[in-house]
Amino acid sequence: MEIPVHMRPERSFQGLILTLQSFWAERGCVILQPYDMEVGAGTFHPATTLRALGPGRWNAAYVQPSRRPKDGRYGENPNRLQHYYQFQVILKPSPPDLQELYLASLDAIGLDPTLHDFRFVEDDWESPTLGAWGLGWECWCDGMEVSQFTYFQQVAGFECAPVAGELTYGLERLACYLQGVDSIMELNFNGREGAEKVTYGDVFLQAEQEYSRYNFEFANTEMLLRHFADAEAECQALLAAGTPGNSDNDGRHKLALPAYDQCIKASHVFNLLDARGVISVTERQSYILRVRELAKACGAAWLQTAGGGAA
Amino acid sequence: MPDLLLELFSEEIPARMQARASADLRKLVTDALVERGFTYEGALNLATPRRLVLHIAGLPARGKDQREERKGPRVGAPDAAIQGFLKSAGLSSIDEARIERDPKKGEFYVAVTESAGRPTLDVLAEILPEVIRGFPWPKSMRWGAASASSASFRWIRPLRGIVATFGPETEDPEVVPFEIGGLKAGDTTFGHRFMAPQPIRVKRLADYVRKLEAAKVIVDPERRKDIIRTDARNLAFAQGFELVEDEALVDEVSGLVEWPVTLLGSFEEEFLDVPAEVIRATIRANQKCFVLRDPATGKLANRFIATANVAARDGGATITAGNGRVIRARLSDARFFWETDKRVLLAERAKKLETITFHARLGSQGERVRRIAGLARELAPLVGADAALAERAALLCKADLVTEMVGEFPELQGLMGRYYAALQGEPDSVAAAIGDHYKPQGPSDAVPSEPVSIAVALADKLDTLVGFWAIGEKPTGSKDPYALRRAALGVIRLVLSNQLRLPLTEVIDNFIVLGKLTGEYAIPTQARFATIRDLVGFLVERLKVQLREQGARHDLVDAVLGLADGQDDLLLIVARVEALAAFLDSEDGKSLLAGYKRAANILRAEEKKDGRGFDGAPDPRLFSLPEEMLLHDTLVAAADKAREAVAREDFAGAMRALAGARGDVDRFFEHVTVNADEHQVRENRLRLLNALRAATLTVGDLSRVAG
Repeated sequence: MEIPVHMRPERSFQGLILTLQSFWAERGCVILQPYDMEVGAGTFHPATTLRALGPGRWNAAYVQPSRRPKDGRYGENPNRLQHYYQFQVILKPSPPDLQELYLASLDAIGLDPTLHDFRFVEDDWESPTLGAWGLGWECWCDGMEVSQFTYFQQVAGFECAPVAGELTYGLERLACYLQGVDSIMELNFNGREGAEKVTYGDVFLQAEQEYSRYNFEFANTEMLLRHFADAEAECQALLAAGTPGNSDNDGRHKLALPAYDQCIKASHVFNLLDARGVISVTERQSYILRVRELAKACGAAWLQTAGGGAA
Repeated sequence: MPDLLLELFSEEIPARMQARASADLRKLVTDALVERGFTYEGALNLATPRRLVLHIAGLPARGKDQREERKGPRVGAPDAAIQGFLKSAGLSSIDEARIERDPKKGEFYVAVTESAGRPTLDVLAEILPEVIRGFPWPKSMRWGAASASSASFRWIRPLRGIVATFGPETEDPEVVPFEIGGLKAGDTTFGHRFMAPQPIRVKRLADYVRKLEAAKVIVDPERRKDIIRTDARNLAFAQGFELVEDEALVDEVSGLVEWPVTLLGSFEEEFLDVPAEVIRATIRANQKCFVLRDPATGKLANRFIATANVAARDGGATITAGNGRVIRARLSDARFFWETDKRVLLAERAKKLETITFHARLGSQGERVRRIAGLARELAPLVGADAALAERAALLCKADLVTEMVGEFPELQGLMGRYYAALQGEPDSVAAAIGDHYKPQGPSDAVPSEPVSIAVALADKLDTLVGFWAIGEKPTGSKDPYALRRAALGVIRLVLSNQLRLPLTEVIDNFIVLGKLTGEYAIPTQARFATIRDLVGFLVERLKVQLREQGARHDLVDAVLGLADGQDDLLLIVARVEALAAFLDSEDGKSLLAGYKRAANILRAEEKKDGRGFDGAPDPRLFSLPEEMLLHDTLVAAADKAREAVAREDFAGAMRALAGARGDVDRFFEHVTVNADEHQVRENRLRLLNALRAATLTVGDLSRVAG
């Protein structure tokens, strides 16, 4: 089927997303929708963090809006946003031809390997808050980092068995390159021209300005500190409440997912507090540690559920 | 003789690890062969981002035959002994043993086991999987379905194929039969990921290298480097530019490509307003591209050279344009940082240092800067610098750490401070000191020579040393997380190359007292002197290492350091070592040393015999021979002269004075018997020798001198 011009990945931001979705749908992935919570990266989606744990097969792809409060620049920096999109693919176990699949996906969005220079440059990934690490690369196209490619080795402090392969595409950056524009706000969002054209800026510029103000100037830090403590306490309470009790015969954890939501919440609140500059260097370490403890406990709970492969 | 060809084909190996890994592969395989009694003619290791390659030439087709003889019990020994022997020798009956005889032992059994050498192919099939399984990667990973078991095979990135062939040049080689991580060794590899991805069958090194080159893979990293260097130079030259050579970048880039293609691109000239170092750092660190200069002016040109891994079908136009886009984006960030940073006065910026921890127990960067400033002020008169300027430079020296630019490119610390200071109207010497105060960083780094720079550079390093000594974080063994050895070497090089006289004990003590006044160091008074002694000892120890590395005789260094008086002036130590070396090279020196050794040997023997020393001045009334009297008078005069000379720091003069005693020393030993029968005379003569030994201690502890 011929793709209409306005849906071509080099013409429209949404066309890029749809092309990647169909590419990975064709390769057997479930196409999920974004997780409905504030997260710093696609990795936080339980479809990656939790599903990477346990023995079962799992192939999924989804767009995840990602919030990094500190990266806000009031919409004035051409390449930096406090809210942007990641396209995330997770394949467990990592298929033997993952690199080839990835390169084929680039070809599908219009990056022809006979014209471009693709490179796999060492970049080992580590998330101190998730207690996770993996080995892999940043993937370069003509000197530009367009994706992160990781073989997960450990998540939430647990060895991955089997290992999942994770691909994260930086959608805005890829789109800028494909469309040949220098600023994210200039991206053509819907691929139309003239009066019908909607740019990335039309959709998000105001939000970038307002959230930058919120993140750096107005977020109520006392409230956030409270929220952090609440989320932490709720996470721990849910983990305790869901623990397989004596009356349970199946020995499964009952509340791993809701508990993990609270871990995500704590992590985002921490990021906001960090952007507000109220966390000192020494405190920073201890906050990260607290979130990691939650992530680890959630991972342990998940491994006691059906999704985590518990018998 | 047959050769082995081994290729481990994988997903991209980090550039920085390839050289080491291919060398490790070679060592591990050849060591394992040698351990099993094999010899070989030569080994060659190669690497690309996707391959580790090993070739071992001239292996035998099979190992040497083994013959082992084992002596057993005598004939007729108890049955238990016989049975034990059979068991240990692996014989089923004593009839299989030979009987030998020996005049002492009589007849006894000998077991002879002979085994034919194993085919090399089998031995390789045993060695290779062992080496691959235990390969010493700094980090390794699991992957794929097999990783369901946490004991699955690990490699740096997924291993995708193994070529292992073995055979003589004239025949088709055999595949070494082994399997690892579900991969079977074979004779098939693959060409360039994009330009020639087809499978390729290979036999031996020569056709492997040739076929891969046809498939757009240069297997030899040195050749890839040559290509990158030569092509980059030519490309620059053809456009009237000159390549800014960068060997470290050549190394890195050669590990990122199998088929290097250099491409020349450009960026807008207006970016050249940004300092050249910034442009180079941006383009190098983020894009791994080379920069060019105009050979006429020596100034940076608005050009870059990228190394692609592919000969693209449009001749590289798209790739060049893409790299240019990224470089322009990076340079506009850099220019933005530059413009923003320029506008904020460094003194204003420096305030932010108060909020940044230097070390949990040593306070903030702000406190650190104040300490350095105080010390720089104290040091200024000692190094001929203006105290106010030294203090000013020190107060500003760390301010660039909180600029946008240094936040982005930490390697530009110091340099950016210098630029900003100069633009903001700071005196030249202040700007220069900000730029130079981290120097010298390594043994080959330039040493600052401007007085203000010296004061700040010394203060920075001494603050670090004293601080970490105060909290007990000294380097131990190979652990030196705060680079204190480097700081110590920096102090040493600053002192020596600027001929500085620095009484270290006093300087450090003043500094600690100063620090205590502001409540930053918690060194209790009683521990202060021990801390200082220890730190000065560390500096002297590093000086010793440094002098040895420069080829100074370490026995002479020891001779000087063996002197009792406080050796805390690095320049004086070096002057003494040099004077001593020159002296001991002269005839006078050699002869005096011989006399000293003779005296010292006699003293040592007699001191041991009597169980006591022979201190105290000799009594002239007890001299019976003229040679005794002469030596005595000469020594008294020479020792006085030597001491005076040392006080003037005229070490050569001190040695000349002692050398004057040479003739009388020789005559003494020729005519005088030290161990006289008469007790008092003997003691007096020993005291005279002791006086000789003592006199030499003005220039060095000659007992440490070798030979």
